[in-house]
Amino acid sequence: MHKSEIRVGGLGGQGVILCGMIIGKAASIFDGKHATLIQAFGPEARGSACSAQVTVADEAIGYPYVKNPDILIVMSPDAYTQFAPQVAPGGMLLYESDLIKVDDKLPKGVRAFGVPATRFAEELGRRLVLNIVMTGFFAGVTGLLSYESVEQAVKSSVPKGTEDLNLRAFHKGYEYGREQSAGKN
Amino acid sequence: MHADPKGVLTGIHFIDGDHAACEGALAAGCRFVAGYPITPSTEVVERFAARIPLVGGMFIQLEDELASSIAIQGAAWAGKKVMTVTSGPGLSLMMEHVGLAAFTETPCVFVDVQRGGPSTGLPTLPAQADMMQVKWGSHGDYEPIALSPNSPQECFDLMIKAFNLAETYRVPVFFMMDEVVGHMTERVVIPEASEIEVVERKWTKKKPGEYRPYETDESLVPEMVKAGDGYRIHITGLTHDERGYPAMTAPAQDKLVKRLVNKIRANADKIVDVREDGVAGADVVVVSFGITSRVAGAAVEAARAAGLKVGHLRLVITWPFPAKRIRELAATVKAFVVPELNMGQMALEVERAAAGKAPVLTLPHAGGTVHEPGAILAKIKEAAQ
Repeated sequence: MHKSEIRVGGLGGQGVILCGMIIGKAASIFDGKHATLIQAFGPEARGSACSAQVTVADEAIGYPYVKNPDILIVMSPDAYTQFAPQVAPGGMLLYESDLIKVDDKLPKGVRAFGVPATRFAEELGRRLVLNIVMTGFFAGVTGLLSYESVEQAVKSSVPKGTEDLNLRAFHKGYEYGREQSAGKN
Repeated sequence: MHADPKGVLTGIHFIDGDHAACEGALAAGCRFVAGYPITPSTEVVERFAARIPLVGGMFIQLEDELASSIAIQGAAWAGKKVMTVTSGPGLSLMMEHVGLAAFTETPCVFVDVQRGGPSTGLPTLPAQADMMQVKWGSHGDYEPIALSPNSPQECFDLMIKAFNLAETYRVPVFFMMDEVVGHMTERVVIPEASEIEVVERKWTKKKPGEYRPYETDESLVPEMVKAGDGYRIHITGLTHDERGYPAMTAPAQDKLVKRLVNKIRANADKIVDVREDGVAGADVVVVSFGITSRVAGAAVEAARAAGLKVGHLRLVITWPFPAKRIRELAATVKAFVVPELNMGQMALEVERAAAGKAPVLTLPHAGGTVHEPGAILAKIKEAAQ
């Protein structure tokens, strides 16, 4: 069975959980796969640490927790510091490159892809959509899920009236992801 | 009969177990919920409060769990299908009213999204340590029904079953979720209302004056009436006769309490729901329920890959306990393995049913997270020797 374990980390208010929710929704509703989403549930508030654990698989998933992610998506330096050492061998790091500096905390052999998601989001008009830029970046770099399925998941998950902005953010992240991934392979 | 389409959110959703449980209740016809929100169950009532004005019904946030667990019983006698939602600390407070529901035969569903205890314990982290509390928590003899979903999809599907059982047997039914199942998000398919079977309350056809509230036939389940239909009836927590009036004598107690336990015991084979996987011919059978059954499933597969003959028996309904099935298996297996997120509760039932014919290896866990699949695998290997 093919199984990808994903962790999304960042700060409360960055849209970390929504990013995980969109990936899980894309996989399990629009891409014919199975997915589980677990959110770190504690006294989280805006500005404090926040993370989501997503498992995507071809078959039903038993154990839903993610210990050593195959894919780590981080939007804050703290999340990088906390989770980078846990990335599985041969795994992948997707990070906000204006906020995070990759160092030796990342296990050797883990491929790292950066995106200035906050800057892109600001250029698109609202800093809030940085999580959707990251989601697009994830789709573009990993190719784990089809463009259409993630696009549909974005469309059906964001507040009414913001679809256009969010889809532009998704597209921007996706295209940048395709470029970065092509450049490294 | 089929579900009322107003309460059925047909479609494919990516929602967590708490939200799915709420949708299950709405689909089952629940139209009154009273609760005092508590983590990790809050999302159930949060969603119900938002959805019920669109469906037609009522949600009341009350001052505490005592008020909640008694308000639902008033609403049940007014004719509604009812539910309250809580977690361990709240469930402890509700125990007095659980006994009242059992004794007055008031159909109601108690949702318990289990967290680590005792006391305030671990508000945001899982456990399965209320299993014996729902069996024995209120004083006196009665037989509750309890279900244990292991996914958001089952939070929907089994919730409908929970309401149907409450109506069929007129008992308090416990919906034993846990923090992981409650907060885990997965695909949930909600069918068309026409595909959902719901059990209507057993209303009497007798006229006022002829109707006796606790008169029964061979089903042992009396017929009900609702407030406002012109029947003058008396409902009490005292031992009562068929008319519902206090009858505080040993013969009345004998007759009533025996009927209350027998309406479940005599139907236990019909109510019991176990899901078996590779149990025939297995050397070791893992008995599990709720979230632990998913982790155990991963361990069972790993054990099979290592060449062991391992079966998995999942308790979908934990009360009544499938004692007969465990007794049968005890004659053929080398050992049972019982992982659970408590210090050994349902393992006691497995031991009781196995009656010394096969050893029971417990794998207790104090809660806060789930078992490591490797720990269950190691216990299976130990049992296979």
